[in-house]
Amino acid sequence: MPPATRAPGTAIDAVALRKTYPGGRGRPPVRALDGLSFAVPTGTVFALLGPNGAGKSTTTKILATLSRADSGTAHVAGTDVARHPERVRRAIGYVAQKPVTDPMDTGRENLVLAGRLQGLGARDARARAAELLDRFSLTDAADRLVTTYSGGMARKLDVAMGLVHRPQVLFLDEPTTGLDPEARAEMWAEIERMTAVESMTILLTTHYLEEADRLAANVAIVDEGRVVVAGTPDALKDELRGDGIVVELAPGVPDDGASLAGRVADAVRASGVRDVRVEGRTLRARADAGAVALPAVLAGLDAAGLPVASATLARPSLDDVYLRHTGRSLTAAQAGSRSAAGDHAGAAAEEVAA
Amino acid sequence: MTAVVHTGLLTARALRQGARIPVFMVMNLVQPMIWLLLFGQLFRSVVEIPGFSTGGTYLEFITPGVVMMTAMFGAAWAGSSFVQDMDRGVMDRFLTSPTSRGALVASTMSYQAVVAVGQALVVLAVAWLRGARFGSTPGETTLGVLALLLAVVLLTALFSALSNATALLTGQQEALIGISQLITLPLMFLSSAVMDTRLSPAWVADVARYNPFDWAVVAGREALAASPDWGVVWGRLGLLALAAVVMGWVATQAFRTRQRSA
Ligand SMILES: Nc1ncnc2c1ncn2[C@@H]1O[C@H](COP(=O)(O)OP(=O)(O)OP(=O)(O)O)[C@@H](O)[C@H]1O
Ligand SMILES: [Mg+2]
Repeated sequence: MPPATRAPGTAIDAVALRKTYPGGRGRPPVRALDGLSFAVPTGTVFALLGPNGAGKSTTTKILATLSRADSGTAHVAGTDVARHPERVRRAIGYVAQKPVTDPMDTGRENLVLAGRLQGLGARDARARAAELLDRFSLTDAADRLVTTYSGGMARKLDVAMGLVHRPQVLFLDEPTTGLDPEARAEMWAEIERMTAVESMTILLTTHYLEEADRLAANVAIVDEGRVVVAGTPDALKDELRGDGIVVELAPGVPDDGASLAGRVADAVRASGVRDVRVEGRTLRARADAGAVALPAVLAGLDAAGLPVASATLARPSLDDVYLRHTGRSLTAAQAGSRSAAGDHAGAAAEEVAA
Repeated sequence: MTAVVHTGLLTARALRQGARIPVFMVMNLVQPMIWLLLFGQLFRSVVEIPGFSTGGTYLEFITPGVVMMTAMFGAAWAGSSFVQDMDRGVMDRFLTSPTSRGALVASTMSYQAVVAVGQALVVLAVAWLRGARFGSTPGETTLGVLALLLAVVLLTALFSALSNATALLTGQQEALIGISQLITLPLMFLSSAVMDTRLSPAWVADVARYNPFDWAVVAGREALAASPDWGVVWGRLGLLALAAVVMGWVATQAFRTRQRSA
């Protein structure tokens, strides 16, 4: 019953995972994972970030024993997921990207059944269900069928389902997608509490950079089935040397796409900034010393007859890291409304004009 | 032990959800009555054909046939709850928890068995009201009915397992329609459910000998006869039990393919 040898300090250890799905009907197979590796220290939150189709869900499915890797190894709570899946299942909670609750049962019935299947006695399961309903502010809806829940309520119940048995390792696949800012903030607080008080290890996938920045001790950016970069959020940001410069041109400037982009790029060429990108009327660039470069940028734009609405100087954000490593801005990948807490990290525009 | 507890919990879930759709329950009970009365009227005079085996009425002849038809057709749909759970992510949650695979299969069997036993009792009651009589003494009748219900449970288990395996392998509701069209319907016609096979072409009688559905019909009919040949009853029940165990094992193995395609 108790988990066997737990590698001290490492709750999740994935090494060179590969997985290919058959394409079906003559289409070529899809390579979902292409040698993905990472490790999660016990009792910490680890975030997997990446564009749609990067392989985040595939990774969590393999670690949660739902799916099998074609090659590579993975240990969860010290146990090999391919060799002893039944032992892993006792140690984990898994909240899939899609809803996992039974819409034809009530919230309470869902939780009690989940608890009992995890081995809790009838009384314990009922008590635990009541506790979780209360913690996720679902008590009022507890005895209604889940079909009548709003998307956000159903999502909270999904996460509660993964917690019923106080797992050592919790997989949360996009837990806050579709939640309003208030509910998202509640969920964040709950996740922080779980790692602090219950010393749970959490693997989180998300499209929200603020979420990873706030919750995760470590982040891995995944693209095309591989980890392209991993580290603490701060270390990743430090890797991007210098400051970010963002200049908004005045609304009066005609936005004619490529030709405007070309004019702007020419205008700032002499100012010594790097990584210049123009999206619509927004100019983004990096400079070793932002305070010195910014006046030069503004002067260049002025000389070219391009009036400016606003200019900001910012420390690199995870969004910059993401963009740098995946070549994609995050906004395009995001579904639903953004968090109200959207700082500069959330302000990225559409697709990058490469 | 865990598997037994899990089977109980999951069966309770199925019953709870079934009870939430009363229309469904009513339909489950009305449908076998319609069959009984329809077939009973349509073919009433076939008993007068020389060579028809039974000494009793046609209603008495088809009652066990209708009981088994109801059980088989119902169980053939058992997999639809798996398909639903797969679509809803409920199955993935079960599969990443210590939930017993065997219990997942067994719980759909026992849910279907509860429904089918209820239907069988309704069919027997309606037949009795319409004048059919089974067994020769109250003791014999009780024993006969119990043996018939055992056949119902085993037949249900066999076809629930087949339906579950199909659901797990294909993940599609459409595949279950295929089972109904391609397997259960022909099995029904290649049996003695509504027609004495001695009056059918010889090959039908031959096929019927290997038809699990016919095993259940024969066991049930013999058990309700005036002087049952218990050897025949237990022989058929044994065959059915064996088939149900094998198919149950196959269904449990089918969970592996789910892991490969997830
Ligand atoms: N069951 C499956 N059958 C076939 N292909 C699949 C299956 N699951 C995932 N894929 C493919 O594998 C790749 C990785 O998918 P995955 O769901 O892991 O991405 P993701 O990073 O979670 O994306 P998202 O952010 O959109 O959730 C995609 O190309 C996807 O189409
Ligand atoms: Mg995903």
